[in-house]
Amino acid sequence: MGVSEESLVPAAARVSAPRQSSRSRDAQRHTWLIAFPVIALLLWAVVYPNAAVVAGSFENGLGHWREFAASPADREALRTSLVISVASVFAALAIGVPLAFLLGRFEFPGRRMLRAVATLPAALPPLVGVIAFLFLYGESGVVTRALQRTLGMEEAPWRLKGVGAIVFVHAYTMYVYVFLFVSAGLERFDATLDEAASGLGAGMWQRLRRVTLPLLMPAVAGSMLLVFMNALGSFSAPYVFGGGLRVLSTQILASKTNGALGLAYVETTVLALSAVAGLILFRWLDRKRKFTSTGKGGRTRRVIRSRRAQLAMSVLAAVVVIILVLPHLMVVLVSFARDGAWTTQVLPPEYTLENYRRLFSERELWKPIINSVSMAVVATAANVVVCFLAAYLIVFRKFTGRRLLELLLALPWAIPATAIALGLAATFNRNDPATLRILLVGTFWILPLAYFIRDTPLVASAVESSLRQMDPSLEDAARGLGGSWFLTMRRVIIPAARPGLVAGALLAAVTAVGEFVASVVLYTHANRPISLEILAQLRALAFGTAASYSVLLIVLVLLMTLAARSFEERLA
Amino acid sequence: MMGAPAAARGSGDGALVLDGITRRFGDYTAVDAVSVEVGPGELLALVGASGSGKTTTLRIAAGYETPDAGSVRLGGTDITQLPPAKRGFGMVFQHYALFPHMPVEENVAFGLEARGVNKATRLCRAREALAAVGLEGAGARAIQSLSGGEQQRVALARAMVIEPRALLLDEPLSNLDPTLRQTMRDDLRAMLHRVGVPALFVTHDQEDAFAIADRIALLKKGKLLQSGTPDDLYHRPASREVASFIGRGTIVPAVDRGDEATISIAGNEITIPVTRPAGARAPINQAYVVLRPDALQVGGNAEQRGWSGVVVNRRFAGGVVMYRMRLSDSVTVEVESRHHGLSEGDNARVTPGKGPFPLLA
Repeated sequence: MGVSEESLVPAAARVSAPRQSSRSRDAQRHTWLIAFPVIALLLWAVVYPNAAVVAGSFENGLGHWREFAASPADREALRTSLVISVASVFAALAIGVPLAFLLGRFEFPGRRMLRAVATLPAALPPLVGVIAFLFLYGESGVVTRALQRTLGMEEAPWRLKGVGAIVFVHAYTMYVYVFLFVSAGLERFDATLDEAASGLGAGMWQRLRRVTLPLLMPAVAGSMLLVFMNALGSFSAPYVFGGGLRVLSTQILASKTNGALGLAYVETTVLALSAVAGLILFRWLDRKRKFTSTGKGGRTRRVIRSRRAQLAMSVLAAVVVIILVLPHLMVVLVSFARDGAWTTQVLPPEYTLENYRRLFSERELWKPIINSVSMAVVATAANVVVCFLAAYLIVFRKFTGRRLLELLLALPWAIPATAIALGLAATFNRNDPATLRILLVGTFWILPLAYFIRDTPLVASAVESSLRQMDPSLEDAARGLGGSWFLTMRRVIIPAARPGLVAGALLAAVTAVGEFVASVVLYTHANRPISLEILAQLRALAFGTAASYSVLLIVLVLLMTLAARSFEERLA
Repeated sequence: MMGAPAAARGSGDGALVLDGITRRFGDYTAVDAVSVEVGPGELLALVGASGSGKTTTLRIAAGYETPDAGSVRLGGTDITQLPPAKRGFGMVFQHYALFPHMPVEENVAFGLEARGVNKATRLCRAREALAAVGLEGAGARAIQSLSGGEQQRVALARAMVIEPRALLLDEPLSNLDPTLRQTMRDDLRAMLHRVGVPALFVTHDQEDAFAIADRIALLKKGKLLQSGTPDDLYHRPASREVASFIGRGTIVPAVDRGDEATISIAGNEITIPVTRPAGARAPINQAYVVLRPDALQVGGNAEQRGWSGVVVNRRFAGGVVMYRMRLSDSVTVEVESRHHGLSEGDNARVTPGKGPFPLLA
């Protein structure tokens, strides 16, 4: 998507320095003119609600905390959340690392095909991936039933429930992070280091163990952190496959729905603290790294020549391709299934265009699509403006609040979406200007605000990396030639930021249009997004309708990607 | 500063021979039938501009590339197909290729680790090798904390500690600043000689090659133009191509008269003594002579034979001054002189020294 894998980790998790050494007092005042509103907005939208949650957890002293500690359900939820997160990290590593090596280091028939679909799972909106797995591997899923029939079993060979099921889905959707990070690490890997090691007499395994893997560790650690954070905050999979299983994110929604707000505050605080603890732990594990990989890469892939090995690789590639593509195909197939007709058959028995026709003709079904698109547009527009200004400040200006700004931009990344959403629900549920609260809950604006907060780290990071590639003296040169601040912005800075802006806006729009986790906490019937309509249709056993919404989402994501790409190409 | 590492002493076990090496990449022939031989304890420099095939030749010697034709032999044994890990050569890469995640001593000990030497022994020997390159006590330092010159020494220690059967160096000095480069030339020459194995190094800088190498092989577009001592290449170039690459000479047409040749510039004919190219007996039809800065003098008086010229550029070079003199519309020569008194635009006489001057076909 035109965004480097590093953009997935916000700036605060990396080392950065301002590009500018000194500025006049005039420029300082100018800097604060931009910095103040940006910082104030982020303090109000990001810090304040979360602080309110923490404060709320202590509203009756330690009462809610005692309640939490005494509840077996909550203790189990915390334990399960952590177990799932750690297991997801290892499952993602087990798939992502070998796949990156296979595609990065070897040439074999089928490689291009496999490479083309290797990142496909990331293109599935979270809830859509989950329901695709339900259609495929659920108790009445296609694969499950086909296997049951073939083997003549009385019952389904497995149940898609519990920790195993959740980790299974996580592995499918999250290995992509590991794959992307390790692939990029391999591409940057300085081939002469490998040659030096082999010249000194090291064999293949020794080189892998002593040179390649240690040098890939930064990439591996970065992707592990990303998987851990995603798995900890994951909501869709536990919500749909959990069965009786409790995890923190679902527990928060349950407490809120039951009106036990105080307990929900404690659970939210615990979830957020776990995430921050994870972040600190990973940074500590990665603390010894003093080196950066600066290789120019340039290593060629090894061509597999032996006929038998070629055949084995091609079969393996074909199997992996099928596994990766199957969820997408399944959603498309079910979208043509007549609602209610698919009961005990392996495949849906009746097909129709009715689902799509209804989607576009019935007002009630059409509404969520309008909602999602308009909310995504609003959130993305806000992201573009705020994140551009913030990234500009961080890259080009030196001022006292710079570290604070970096922290504010990264914060939403470290806080699980459920926790962000609960904070918004707790803060903006009444009008009280004296305490900076305005009533947003129940209005159109609450979901765009949530989407805006969630996507801020991604967009800021993408813009920042674009701006960092720009020669810092260009700004000075433009000003020195007599250009006004606005002219310099328009002719020099914004063009330099453009690739990051486009990529960031795309990422933000794509996540916003399919957003589920924050939405499920904050939506009302009037502003329900597509993801919640999918869930509602699923509950009504209208599989066809649910799947046609999913296909629509995938098509929307695809269209946005193509639009961003052609926009970039036209300008570049 | 250096006693050779004990490990490396006396490990020379025969000459490194590249015999008729050819390497093609698609339609492009990077190395074209190149043959060179490096004896034990000898330093051979592969010199050439970028794209001359010198690095590919070195990589073939190291085993990172396999030649399409020709063979690599060490002490009479054919090692053309032997992978790098089994050759036991020490290699110093252009950017040193030090492992950034290991401290200095682990870098140096890596080759011993690959050979299964136990930890205590290999670290001990790594420290010895570090001492030999003047880096006592640097073992625990991080690679990132080293200067360019220190990194170069670590790379050298790492290559020498494995008791290499040959040493290969890819542009070993090109990443050093000019002052450091001067001192490292002498150090490098002394260290390589002490190891006593064939040493092959690549450089695009002829001054590095002159300062370090016993012999030089000059490559151009994949072909070997000439190999010989620095003296051979400078005073007895085999062709105009060699003469124009080596030194800062001007090549002018001349009339071959056996042991002498006559040069005519702006109507002024002067006959000078020449060395004839090897094997050229008959008079050469289209002959040329190389006029090197150190074989010319400037500022002679009108009675001396010589060409009159104008100083177009004057460059101070310490004890001497380099004058660029225009002798005619088509001939400009450089002259190295102890005579500091001329300025740009001055007229002066350029007179040939005693010679002999290289004569070329």
